[in-house]
Amino acid sequence: MSELKSGSNLEKVLKAGHFAFTGECGPPKGANVEHLKEKIAPLKGMVDAVNVTDNQTAVVRMSSWAASTIMCQEGVEPNFQMVCRDRNRLAIQSDILGVYAMGIRNMLCLSGDHQRFGNHPQSKNVYDIDSMQLIALVKQMRDEGTFMNGEAIDVPPRLFIGAASNPFADPFEFRVYRLAKKIEAGADFIQTQCIYNMEKFRQFIKRAVDMGLHEKCYILAGVTPMKSVGMATYMAKQVPGMDVPDSLIQRLRGAGKGKVAEEGIQFALEQIEEFKDMEGVAGVHLMAIEWEHRVPEIAERAGVLPRPVV
Amino acid sequence: MIVADRKPLKEILEMLKGYNRILVVGCKGCVSVCNVGGSKEVGILASILKIAGKKNGLNLKVDEKTLERQCDPEYVELLKDMVDDYDVILSMACGVGPQFLSERYPESRCLPAVNTTFFGGAVQHGVWSERCAGCGTCVIHFFDGMCPIARCSKSLLNGPCGGSADGKCEISKDVDCIWDMIVRKKMEQGRLDDLLKFMPAKDWTTARDGGPRKSVREELVQ
Amino acid sequence: MRLPYPSNVKIIQVPCSGRVDILHLLRAIEDGADGVYVAGCLEGECHYISGNLKAKKRVQYVKKVLEELDLEPERVEMFNLSAGEGPRFAQIAREMVERIKGLGPSPVNA
Repeated sequence: MSELKSGSNLEKVLKAGHFAFTGECGPPKGANVEHLKEKIAPLKGMVDAVNVTDNQTAVVRMSSWAASTIMCQEGVEPNFQMVCRDRNRLAIQSDILGVYAMGIRNMLCLSGDHQRFGNHPQSKNVYDIDSMQLIALVKQMRDEGTFMNGEAIDVPPRLFIGAASNPFADPFEFRVYRLAKKIEAGADFIQTQCIYNMEKFRQFIKRAVDMGLHEKCYILAGVTPMKSVGMATYMAKQVPGMDVPDSLIQRLRGAGKGKVAEEGIQFALEQIEEFKDMEGVAGVHLMAIEWEHRVPEIAERAGVLPRPVV
Repeated sequence: MIVADRKPLKEILEMLKGYNRILVVGCKGCVSVCNVGGSKEVGILASILKIAGKKNGLNLKVDEKTLERQCDPEYVELLKDMVDDYDVILSMACGVGPQFLSERYPESRCLPAVNTTFFGGAVQHGVWSERCAGCGTCVIHFFDGMCPIARCSKSLLNGPCGGSADGKCEISKDVDCIWDMIVRKKMEQGRLDDLLKFMPAKDWTTARDGGPRKSVREELVQ
Repeated sequence: MRLPYPSNVKIIQVPCSGRVDILHLLRAIEDGADGVYVAGCLEGECHYISGNLKAKKRVQYVKKVLEELDLEPERVEMFNLSAGEGPRFAQIAREMVERIKGLGPSPVNA
């Protein structure tokens, strides 16, 4: 980790040893550029990079690469997400070249939720390659300058490679090994699924530290503030791989009418405080989906402002 | 074996509209084993068609014949003297059957009575489950006898994904997560290291993606 | 017991209701029966353990077929009673005949 791989802002912030703070933004369900710009605006200067989701939960939205390009134009650094569900290796490599040409420097490699969850369940799925192979592919293109078939690339894409990690999915014992495998395949940074069960996460990160994974790769802890009791119970029951402890749900219930969102933010702030000092955690990834306008306030209260300029 | 389900009756009746002389042809192969197109099911469908016919005031001629298989020309040949007596040959075999019948008897109208679905086996009496996707490059030996191409919803070779919960796939509680099973077996039998090995991208040329396939046994071709 | 039951009920005896196959029920409808019913032992008391449960499933299958053909699924039915319940046997016969009278002749006969 000596010379910069991509030169992205996120990479520079992490390399300089700062506690990174990233955000997230979902593209609009249409070509509504104005609406997208409105969502991006509050994030400017508040975070080091912003994830741009790719047809998340298999619901069709403006493409991630287009939204990422617009984000660049607005002066905010995107973290371009790509899922394996909708593209084969031809389109994947093609899009990687395309996004790099448009100025994008961070890429998050994901498998993608199955299309049965989404609004076009009848579609054929692709899954030509999986997220592990995608990570390895981006690394090959960047570091060896070749396509998957070994042919030379005319100006290789130099991207900062990210991957996701879910410490709470099953089988739990295996999760840290899968993380190790992704890092071995080429992941430069990891963003975890949003965390609510702090005890379980502490166990997970300890194992990762014991394996020295934090020295090979930057691990960012995922945080999503709970807006309501309904949101908490929905996530506890309906979202696979999500671990929401009863104690949190009780805490939210106890907050009283009209005060639940504030309690949710309080919990998130406590988490961020702990993550700042937690060994193995290089930053926080804040997923305040459809709550982008609250990010400046949360960033302020979490004491992560101003963001470092590197 | 190849597993299929009978088409909805409304769809079959729609296909038969305007035809009065129907030969229902069964197969003693896979569709007999999964109780959808053997001689018994042929009898049931024939009776159903007659009931439907009578209800609509039609006097349908519906006859039954069950062949050893519909995927070998020798057996398909046995219908030679019968086909001209019928307007429609309704095949209850898998997708191969009606196509072989159609090729051999181009003047006849050969229709499929079943929807062919997957390669699988019986997990309990009356229940069949998918096991193989016919990818052409079998890799189950890397996964302790389990196939992630057919049994993982995302065909991951480096699974599991983040949606695996309680041993079930994210798409449904009725679908087991094959990666959960693979990981547990490897961990229990001390082969965790296998899972840390990177599995490269699959070569799909031997699968249906590469185009329609043929298999040739040179030593048998005359 | 020589209890009266309607004369338009034709009885076919089988050693166990499990002997009745889907095809038997369908052929009855095909050949013009306005209604068909299977009378088997009480659940849990089948002399052959589970024959009556198999019969129940087959009756359900035929009901579904009738529905798919836009015929009344009530024309086929499963009843359970013990071999000693003579009056119940007669009652079932009357009940089924009343039901079929209400539905009218089978459209298959039209």
